[in-house]
Amino acid sequence: MTALLTILVLVFIAIAIWQMVKIFDLAQVGTSNSQVATDKDNTLNGYLMIGFLAFIYLITIWSVVELGDLPLMSNSASAHGPEVDNLMMISMVLIFIVQTITQFLLHYFAYKYKGEKGKKALFFADNNTLEFIWTIIPVIVLAGLIIYGLFTWSDIMNVNEDDDPLVVELYAQQFNWKARYGGADNTLGKANVRLIDIDRANILGLDEADPNAQDDVITSELHLPVGRTVLFKMRSQDVLHSAYMPHFRAQMNCVPGMITQFGFTPTVTTADMRQNPDMIDKVANINNIRVEKSKKLIAKGEEALERYDFDYLLLCNKICGKSHYNMQMKIIVETQEEYDAWMKEQKAFKNSLIN
Amino acid sequence: MSAHADTHDHEAHEEHHHKETFVTKYIFSQDHKMIAKQYLVTGTIMGVIGVIMSLMFRMQIAWPEEPNVIFEALLGKWAPGGVMDADIYLALVTIHGTIMVFFVLTAGLSGTFSNLLIPLQIGARDMASGFLNMVSYWLFFISCVIMLGSIFVEAGPAAAGWTIYPPLSALPMAQGGSGMGMTLWLVSMAIFIASSLLGSLNYIVTVINLRTKGMSMTRLPLTIWAFFITAVIGVVSFPVLLSAALLLIMDRSFGTSFFLSDIFIQGEVLHYQGGSPVLFEHLFWFLGHPEVYIVILPAMGLVSEIMATNSRKPIFGYRAMIASILAIAFLSTIVWGHHMFISGMNPFLGSVFTFTTLLIAIPSAVKAFNWITTIWKGNIQMNPAMLFSIGFVSTFITGGLTGIILGDSALDINVHDTYFVIAHFHLVMGISALYGMFAGIYHWYPKMFGRMLNKNLGYIHFWITAICAYGVFFPMHFIGMAGLPRRYYTNSNFPLFDDLANTNVIITIFALIGGAVQLIYLYNFFSSMFFGKKAEKNPWRATTLEWTTEVKHVHGNWIGDIPHVYRWSYDYSKPGHDVDFIPQNVPLKEGEEELQH
Repeated sequence: MTALLTILVLVFIAIAIWQMVKIFDLAQVGTSNSQVATDKDNTLNGYLMIGFLAFIYLITIWSVVELGDLPLMSNSASAHGPEVDNLMMISMVLIFIVQTITQFLLHYFAYKYKGEKGKKALFFADNNTLEFIWTIIPVIVLAGLIIYGLFTWSDIMNVNEDDDPLVVELYAQQFNWKARYGGADNTLGKANVRLIDIDRANILGLDEADPNAQDDVITSELHLPVGRTVLFKMRSQDVLHSAYMPHFRAQMNCVPGMITQFGFTPTVTTADMRQNPDMIDKVANINNIRVEKSKKLIAKGEEALERYDFDYLLLCNKICGKSHYNMQMKIIVETQEEYDAWMKEQKAFKNSLIN
Repeated sequence: MSAHADTHDHEAHEEHHHKETFVTKYIFSQDHKMIAKQYLVTGTIMGVIGVIMSLMFRMQIAWPEEPNVIFEALLGKWAPGGVMDADIYLALVTIHGTIMVFFVLTAGLSGTFSNLLIPLQIGARDMASGFLNMVSYWLFFISCVIMLGSIFVEAGPAAAGWTIYPPLSALPMAQGGSGMGMTLWLVSMAIFIASSLLGSLNYIVTVINLRTKGMSMTRLPLTIWAFFITAVIGVVSFPVLLSAALLLIMDRSFGTSFFLSDIFIQGEVLHYQGGSPVLFEHLFWFLGHPEVYIVILPAMGLVSEIMATNSRKPIFGYRAMIASILAIAFLSTIVWGHHMFISGMNPFLGSVFTFTTLLIAIPSAVKAFNWITTIWKGNIQMNPAMLFSIGFVSTFITGGLTGIILGDSALDINVHDTYFVIAHFHLVMGISALYGMFAGIYHWYPKMFGRMLNKNLGYIHFWITAICAYGVFFPMHFIGMAGLPRRYYTNSNFPLFDDLANTNVIITIFALIGGAVQLIYLYNFFSSMFFGKKAEKNPWRATTLEWTTEVKHVHGNWIGDIPHVYRWSYDYSKPGHDVDFIPQNVPLKEGEEELQH
C-alpha cells in the first residue's frame, strides 16, 4: 500500500512540475513568437556565460579549500610514494592552469561575441601557424609527462629481488583477506585451490608435502616491518579482487588462476603516522563527525559508534559481490623487533592443521 | 559516385507513389527519418530509466541504509522495509551503466543522428538499404526489451558491473545476478551488437556510395565525417565484444574454460582450468575503449556543425578537425590496456599503453582549441543548441584533462576504480555526449518533427543542467583522490571515509535537482511535437542540404531532383556576399573562389 501511495505521490510531483512548465510555456505566448534566439536572448545568455565561468571557478576553489585537504594524498607511507605524489602534483598544477585558461577563453568569447543583428562574423577558416602551435605545445608537455610517468612506473613495478624482499602472499576470497608469510626461509610453499581442505583447516590450499610450506604462517592481519621491501604475491580463490593500499600508493588485482605481484617498501610505522599532525587533525575531525552521528543513533536506541583510530588499510577495489563494500584487512607497520615478536606468536602451517 | 545518386533518383520516385499504411509508416518503416525518430524516442525512454536508477543509488550513497519510501515503492522485495539491498545496489549500478553507455549514448545518439543526417546531408534519397536499417532498429528494440525484462528476474538482474568481468559474471554462486539475469544481459547485448553492426555497415556504404553530385569527401559536413568514422570504429571493435560475450556464454553454460581457472567457491572446487579472466578484460576493453569514442565522436560532429552555424563562422581548421577525428579513431584501438594497468598484465605493456593513451590528448587538444577559435569573433546566436554545444566543450575539457592522470600508469595505481574515475568519464563522455545529444535534438527537432522546441524552456533546461553537472561530478574528483572506491554499497564500514559523507549528500542533492530538471525537457520534447510553433524550412539559416528539403517529410527527401553541391558546408559570413550564409547547393558566383580549408 505504501508502495502504491509513494508511486502516486511521485507521479503527482511529476505532473505538478509538468503543469507548472506548461503554465510557463503558455504564459509566453505573445511575448515572443519566434523560437530562434533574438538579440535579447543573446545578451542574456552572454552574461550567463560569464556567470557560469564564475561558477566553475567558485566550485573549483570550494572543492580545493573544503575537500582538497587530503592527508592521504600528501603523506605517503612507502618509499616510492613521494615520487608518485610529486608526479601527481605536477599533473594537477598543469591541469589546473590549462583548465583555468581554456574555460576562460571559451566562456569569455561566448560572452564577448554574442550575436547582434547586422553584425557580421569574421570569415576565419584556417591558420596553419596557430594550429601548429597548439599541436606542438601539447606534444612537448605530454612528452615530458610521459617520460616522467614511465620512469616512475618502471621504478615501481620492478622489484629488485637482490634486496632480499620479504615475500608475503595476499590471498583474496569473498569477502575477506588472508596474508601468508614464508616463515624462516622466506619462501612460500606451493599452493593451489584444489588442495583446499576445510576439514583439516588447510584453507589456502597449501601443498602439505612441500617442505617450504611447513613453516608458512597464515594471518588475518598484515604486519610489515618498516624499511624492508615487501614483495606481495597475490592470489584469489573465487572472483577478481583488487588489493588496494592507498596509503602506500599500491594496488594490484588478484586474479583466480594466476599469481600477480606488487612490491613496495613501507617507510612510516603505524605509530609514527598516528603522530603525524595532518593525521591527528583528520582523525579528530572524523571523531567529531562520529560523535555527532552517535548522538542520533543513541536517540534512536541504537549503539554508539566506536572511536576511530588511524590504521593503514587494505581494501578490495574490484567489484566482487554482495559484501564487496566491507572486504578489508588492517595493515600494521612496525619496527623489526615488534614484527619479530608478533611473528613468534603466530602458528606455523604444519602446526595449524587439524589431523 | 555521383552517377549512383542520379540513377537512384528514378527508383526513389517510383517508391514515392507507394501507398503507406499505419504499420509501414510508423512501425515497420524503412524511411530513415522515421527510423531516426524511433531511435530517439526509444533512447529517451531508456535514458529516463537509466537516470532514475542512478538517482536511486545516489540516494543510497548519501543516506546509506536508511529506509526510503521510494526504494520500497520501486524496488519491492529488494528493499525490505525500504532499506536497499546490497545486491540490488550493484545491479542498479550495472544496469545504469549498460543502459547509458550502449542504449542511450550509442544507439540513442548515433542511431538517431546518423540515420537522420547521413542521407539528408549528403544528398541521398535514403540509406543504402532501408530494409537493413529497419532490421537494425527492431533488433535494437528487442535488445531493449530483453535488457528491461532482465530487471524482473527472480534472482535479480546482472550485477557484476557494466564491464561484467568473469568469474563474478560467470558463476551464479558468486552473485545472485550472475544467473538468469546475466544470461539475459548477454543475450540482449549480442542482439544489440548485431543491430549496431547492421547500422554501421549501412552508414559506411551510404556515405561512400550515395553522395550527390559535387559532394566530395572534403565538402562533407563534419557531422558526416564523425558518423562515418564512428561506424568504422564500430565495425572494427564491436565484433570483439560479441566474441567475448559468446565465449562467456560458453563458459557459463557449456563448461568451457576460456576465462576461468582454479576456482574454489562455496566449499567446492570447480572444474575450470587454464582460462584467464585477464583475457576477457583484453577482449572487453578492445571494444570498451573504442566504445567511448563511438559515443563521443558523433557528439563532436554535431557540436562542430552547430557551433559553426550559430557562430555564423566557418568551423576553424576543417581539415585539422577531420585529421583529429582520424587520429582519435586510430589511437582509440590501441589504448585499451589503460583500463588494465593493475590487472596483472606485464608492466611493460602498461608502459606502452601509457604512451599511446597520452597521445590521444594531442588530437583532443586540437579539437578543443579549434572550437574555441570557431566562436572567436563570431556573431554568436545563443540558441539552446548553441548553449549545449558550448557546455559540451566545457565539460569535455574539464573531464578530458583528468585523463592525463588516469592514463599515466604510475598515477593510475592509486586512483584506479575510485570515484576519481567516475568523475572523469562521466564528464568527458557521459555529460559531454549527452550535451551533444541535446544540442542535436534542439537543432534538428524542426527537421524531425516540423515544429520548433520552446527556446525559453531550453534555456532553463540548459542552465540548471549545466550547474548540476558540475555540482555532481566536480567534487567527485576529490572524494576519489581521498581513496574512496567505487561500487561500495555503503562507506559506513570505513571510518576513514566518514569525513566524505557530507560531500556525498551534496552530490546527491545536485543529482536529484539535475534529474528533476530533465522533466522540463521531456515536457518540451513531447508537447512541442503537437503544439510547438511550426518550423520554417531553414530556421537556423544553415548551409547544409537537409535544410533544402520540405518541412513535411516525403519519401525520397527531395520532391524534385536531388540538389547538386558546389561548395563546402561552412560558407558562413563569406566576404563578398550580402547574406551571412550560402547553402551548399548555390553555385559559385563568377570569379568567386572556393575557399576551403
